Amino acid sequence: MPQEPSPGHVRAAGEVGAVAAMDADAASDLALTTTPEVVAATLGDVLKAWWSRVRSGESGILPVLGGLIIIIVIFQVSNSLFLSAGNIVNLLIQAVVYAMFAMGEVFVLLLGEIDLSVVYVAGIGAGLTAALVAPPFNLTWWLAILAGIAGTTAIGVIQGTLITRLGLPSFIVTLGGFIGWEGVMLWMFDHLQVATGGVIEISNNILTDLANVNGTLTPTASWVAMVVVVLLYGGLNVWRDRSHKSRGLVAPPAGLTALKIGAVAVAGVVLVLICNVNRGSHGGHVVGVPWAVPIVLVVLAGSTFVLGRTRFGRYIYAIGGNAEAARRAGINLTLMRTAAFGITGLMAGVGGIMYLSQLGSISTNIDPTYVLYAVAAAVIGGTSLFGGRGKPIHAVLGALVIAAIANGLGLLGMNAAATYMVTALVLVAAITVDSVARRGSSTKGAARR
Amino acid sequence: MPEGLLERGQPLLELRGVEKHFGPVRALSGIDLTITAGEVTALAGDNGAGKSVTIKTISGIHGPDAGQIYWRGKPVQINSPKDSAALGIATVYQDLALCDNLDIVQNMFLGREKTRLRTLDEGPMETAARRTLADLQVTTVRSIRQPVSSLSGGQRQSVAVARAVLWNSQLMILDEPTAALGVAQTTMVLRLVRRLAEQGYGVMLVSHNLNDVFEVADRIAVLRLGHMVSQGPVSNYDRQSVVELMTTGTVSDPSRFKAPAQPGSQEN
Repeated sequence: MPQEPSPGHVRAAGEVGAVAAMDADAASDLALTTTPEVVAATLGDVLKAWWSRVRSGESGILPVLGGLIIIIVIFQVSNSLFLSAGNIVNLLIQAVVYAMFAMGEVFVLLLGEIDLSVVYVAGIGAGLTAALVAPPFNLTWWLAILAGIAGTTAIGVIQGTLITRLGLPSFIVTLGGFIGWEGVMLWMFDHLQVATGGVIEISNNILTDLANVNGTLTPTASWVAMVVVVLLYGGLNVWRDRSHKSRGLVAPPAGLTALKIGAVAVAGVVLVLICNVNRGSHGGHVVGVPWAVPIVLVVLAGSTFVLGRTRFGRYIYAIGGNAEAARRAGINLTLMRTAAFGITGLMAGVGGIMYLSQLGSISTNIDPTYVLYAVAAAVIGGTSLFGGRGKPIHAVLGALVIAAIANGLGLLGMNAAATYMVTALVLVAAITVDSVARRGSSTKGAARR
Repeated sequence: MPEGLLERGQPLLELRGVEKHFGPVRALSGIDLTITAGEVTALAGDNGAGKSVTIKTISGIHGPDAGQIYWRGKPVQINSPKDSAALGIATVYQDLALCDNLDIVQNMFLGREKTRLRTLDEGPMETAARRTLADLQVTTVRSIRQPVSSLSGGQRQSVAVARAVLWNSQLMILDEPTAALGVAQTTMVLRLVRRLAEQGYGVMLVSHNLNDVFEVADRIAVLRLGHMVSQGPVSNYDRQSVVELMTTGTVSDPSRFKAPAQPGSQEN
């Protein structure tokens, strides 16, 4: 198409003369790009833009961050041990399994589907890995992990195939999976020689260090890793904004980007400072960032990339938003949906390995409520159950909220009863905020539900 | 004028004796229809006249049972939506098929995203989308990065049309584009329809709103009970004659009506 309007291109009189400005001069083409988010120069503008997004149901991560801060303040006031270095690291470790499961759930929740089977799928994966590193197989740790994750991915693909090819509801298929894979797990543990009394212990140091308070980077390595992560995050953001601006594309205001990078840098420094405090009890010496933190960050970055920067990710959002439109655009719905269930299976496997690492063993008594917490974590973080809205970071923040509640109430000497009730309240509050915000926005969105 | 478009007034799509049966029901009987480049052809007709079946035949959802379709003068077979899209025919249905949660650029490129190193290449997509919207003078949207859910009905219609333009369509079939819109939005969409024609695209506007038809159409084709009862330049008709053609198939007062009313007749 030519750049300049042709002679036959009649411009209606009285229309804003934006077209001329549009073509070459990006700086002045305000008609199409003027939006609070885009031209906001001050923090006030950004806040205003954020509020308008909240009103349209795009609340982002700020509500869950706010909630997290409130929870932290309440617990810290009630018990000063809550923000001690040892307890913060504990909390992070406790959140890891939730975070992995929840990030997996995000992929299917975005489609408007759900996967209820992740716990026992994870159990099978962890069992596979644990059995493979033990005699008689004696596999290298990473091969065993790969095998375990391959197994859970296959399970995800099988469930996904049933759901998409036969058009079965994912709720029922994965509910069946929840029941059936527990059976498979019991059967597996009955037949594995390394399993004694339904438990497989692992003695591999690397495996036990993956998601453990004691499995840490050295303090120096922690600093180096933190600096690398912050530089990467900041560098990528700045580079992208610059290149967008230079090509006249829509880019967020520099102030907002600086604010984000600053927040990440501060969070990184605080995290490393906390983790590098000696948290060993009884004269022990334990310092450094646990391996689990970079592992979660890598998985978070990976899934954010897949969902945000690949065709597959774009199609997941499109299918969740309007499956018929996606179909007419030529997207292979069956393939995309099946792949999403495969990824949920994969993440279940990763979560299972983290669980195995934390406990140093895997047993058939794996706690089934993990799956409900995984969905809850994603939803508390801001992922919609109706599909089309959500990000992996939501899952991680939601997981922190859930872990913080359990951890804080535990410190206060509350029992499981209180933990369950408070978690339920937070969950319901989270979706209430979300629903009310959206109802206030567009009647169209509300009608579609 | 965008490349590859025909001169204004050249026949872009022609239907000759197209028939469509559903069991014993004759939905279309020997339809002749000419859609020209650079002009808006309004397809008018009461409910059940066969407007939808005609659209679906052109867009490949139903293959015709008899008759021939010509595209730019050459006989073609349209047996699937893919055939139709490959020729350059885009159908914008009433539901628009947009993803509310995606932004304008994402919607316009849905299914045809540009990638670099397996990664979405947003720059060229955003630039192309912006240029297309600018060419169509769709200037009321605040940002092409705003989600479609935040757009008005008319803006959504514009995005759906712009997507068809972006994908190198030469013929846009718009199915009741103003049916769900208010007055201001309707004006906006009709202006867009005019602009499409002025830029050389062929437009088939399906509507039973005669205000819309007379506001933008260059040519009118009237269907009644599966028959093409009349077609010709809009100057040949007035509201009264179109209403009579839609309801009875003939005009009562021939002095008001300058075109022959026989089925299949051509003015040129």
